[in-house]
Amino acid sequence: MHSQDFFYQAIIFLTAAVVSVPLMKRLGLGSALGYLLAGVLIGPYFFKLVGAEGIDIMHFAEFGVVMMLFLIGLEVRPSLLWNMRRSIFGLGGLQMLITSLGIGGISMFFGMNVLQAITIGLIFSMSSTAIVLQTLAEKGLMKTQAGQGSFSVLLFQDIAVIPILAILPLMANQVRARSVDMHEPVINETAVSALPGWQQVLLIVGLVTLIIIGGRFLARYVFRFIAQTGLREIFTATALLLVIGIAVATDRVGLSPALGTFLAGVVLADNEYRHELEANIEPFKGLLLGLFFITVGSSIDFHIFTDQPGTVLGILGILILVKFIILLFLGRFFRMRTGQEILFSFALAQSGEFAFVLISFSSQNAILPEHVSGIMLIVVALSMLVTPLLLIINDRLVQPLFIRAQKEHEADEITEQDNPVLIAGFGRFGVVIGRFLRANGIGATVLDSNPDNIQFLRKFGFKVYYGDANRAALLEAAGASKARVIIVAVDDREQINHIVEQVQRKYPHLKIFARACDVRHSFELNDMNIAGYRRETYDSSIDLATKVLGELGFSRYQANRAARSFRYHDEIMMKELHQLWHEDKRRYINEMRRFTQQLEKILISEKDHVLHESDHAWDIESRREEIREMYEMLTKDNEGEKDQDKT
Amino acid sequence: MNERNKLLVLFAHPALHKSRVNRQLISAIEAVEDITFHNLYEEYPDFHIDVDREQDLLLSHDIYIWQHPFYWYSSPSIIKEWIDLVLKHGFAYGRTGTALKGKKIFSAITTGGRREVYQESNMNNFTIPQFLAPFRQTARLCNMIYMPPFVIHGTHLLTEEEIRKAAMEYRKILISLRDQIFSDEEIWNCTYMNDLLELTQK
Repeated sequence: MHSQDFFYQAIIFLTAAVVSVPLMKRLGLGSALGYLLAGVLIGPYFFKLVGAEGIDIMHFAEFGVVMMLFLIGLEVRPSLLWNMRRSIFGLGGLQMLITSLGIGGISMFFGMNVLQAITIGLIFSMSSTAIVLQTLAEKGLMKTQAGQGSFSVLLFQDIAVIPILAILPLMANQVRARSVDMHEPVINETAVSALPGWQQVLLIVGLVTLIIIGGRFLARYVFRFIAQTGLREIFTATALLLVIGIAVATDRVGLSPALGTFLAGVVLADNEYRHELEANIEPFKGLLLGLFFITVGSSIDFHIFTDQPGTVLGILGILILVKFIILLFLGRFFRMRTGQEILFSFALAQSGEFAFVLISFSSQNAILPEHVSGIMLIVVALSMLVTPLLLIINDRLVQPLFIRAQKEHEADEITEQDNPVLIAGFGRFGVVIGRFLRANGIGATVLDSNPDNIQFLRKFGFKVYYGDANRAALLEAAGASKARVIIVAVDDREQINHIVEQVQRKYPHLKIFARACDVRHSFELNDMNIAGYRRETYDSSIDLATKVLGELGFSRYQANRAARSFRYHDEIMMKELHQLWHEDKRRYINEMRRFTQQLEKILISEKDHVLHESDHAWDIESRREEIREMYEMLTKDNEGEKDQDKT
Repeated sequence: MNERNKLLVLFAHPALHKSRVNRQLISAIEAVEDITFHNLYEEYPDFHIDVDREQDLLLSHDIYIWQHPFYWYSSPSIIKEWIDLVLKHGFAYGRTGTALKGKKIFSAITTGGRREVYQESNMNNFTIPQFLAPFRQTARLCNMIYMPPFVIHGTHLLTEEEIRKAAMEYRKILISLRDQIFSDEEIWNCTYMNDLLELTQK
């Protein structure tokens, strides 16, 4: 590719993104939709700025999905993954099975043969990891039941792609080694596929073991070594090398690279360089994923659409409806709470990027005729385009229905006054604050994006607004311009920072108090100059430790004072640590390492440092000594006198 | 002109929002130059008194005032905690404890009872200075000069106007102490610090 072409294309893609994404964000429609629309606009049907090369770029940009799964892996500790096994295999497995059967049946009804029906069923049962996770994360819904469920299903699909890719050609009776893949953009031929089956399995097991051992025991030292060079770009290069290397390696042995990097992420979730890795990979992931969405948008062949709009829209409608109904049924079956199963169904009702792989794969294997795969491609792309819209419908129209239904029930309990306090986020942290304020006769208005909470809150007469506290309209409706204080108590640090920034920009009069997730986050909040912040688990840890001291023989008052001394001491330490953090931040790369060292130093100094200076007042040792000395002097003088008498 | 004294008001009121008199007293003296107003319940809501900081404050001032309502013939509990913790052996008393030598200290008290009930033959049996004996002896052990108390009696019956007047008196007395208007004898001859104002009127 000529470099001029490259820059020309870069300008087109970047302009499209820069124009459309902020616009969509501003309208509250999310970045994924922005990218998709940007792609549609520059695509062959509208401005014709991108032609067939868009597909090549899409293959490249899919690497963004691989990076996203790596980042998701970093957030998922192995134990969490183990806890989710039922959800992944039960919910995920049933979703694929039932959806494939349902859609396969419908395909047969429209005249497909069994093989084609199964293929179409499998293809359409896939959902879009990229769109769903991106959108849910942006809305801060990943930790809800629906978010967790969606994640499980998507993870299962990711795993399922591998056997599907293996089985399809067998079924088509066309064992061709050449695999055309969506998810494996890095290399196109698998050297190992020529090996016998048991050797392949051995290789896979070997590689997975290598990733686990390397990640657990080796990575720490490598990162430390790289960090010591003090060059930020080398750390970035290392992070990229790690992700790409694992993607290539897993691809070589015939695993999905997305799955491989996800595994690597999970293994590194406990690593002390986790935050650095995240910070380094994040921008690449964001850009590539954006690029990917744009290319999906530009690949939509509107000529097919205009030729047979009825067919395309019909299939699209049936696809979404069938998937939605099955998901809804599964959500109920897996006991999701009201509202959650609807969000879950809306989120996963599209088809995804895996479908692109499988469609081109099966048309190459001559399973699907050309015109069918053409229509399927556009249906998949359109379904992805529709997803953010469906979620918005859910957000603005469907979820409020549940809340309104409850509202009518208990309308008398809701006081319509302007409360002086807003609480954004009403999970385990916010609830205590709300109760405490209420016990002191102070009204609080609650903003929460988890419909589960709302039912509960209404019972206690809280004034609740459903939705994302990031949305300006919602803040306004909740009375931000009249309130005096906002408490940011959502549980995601990115979101907390977002809300703080938003409020500082639009409501400078509002005093902001925020929940800090950890020490580093408390420093960030401190630098944002807000009215107050508190580490979320700090006080309860000290309280519990105080009880432990009591159990170990401290009197209750002594233990209580020890806790207060510790708090005082900690405050001073945090100030010092904050300063060091600032110095280190300028040097970027050593941040995490130095930080750990400083923390170590503090912990060691605490060990030798008894924290009871203030209790010296009750320590009569010095007075006792003084009195003993005086007494001794007196008795000595007496003895002296006796001696004199003798002479 | 004499050199100015620096005054440190060690204030204690656990429910200031319910106070009528002390709030007025505070606003009368808060902004005066060379008077440091130090609100103990506000500074140490959990009673975790910073001893080093308190000792530094004492060293940088010349006259201290324990200002508080008279609770159970004594001070609110944080004053006692303050005495327990801050006046350490080796700092305020003992062979090497001479840091406060020559400093002056007195109590500024508000009480609901009128002056008459604080008499030997009356309801409370003792006078205010008698009740304050522990404070006086504490000061003496620390080699400080203990001065007569400033007292506002019968606070429940005072009108807003009278309270304002009392607050202005308090302000005048603190300023006169700051500027060293009165001699030590003049101060010593008073039962209450309040009596000093009669001297100026004469």
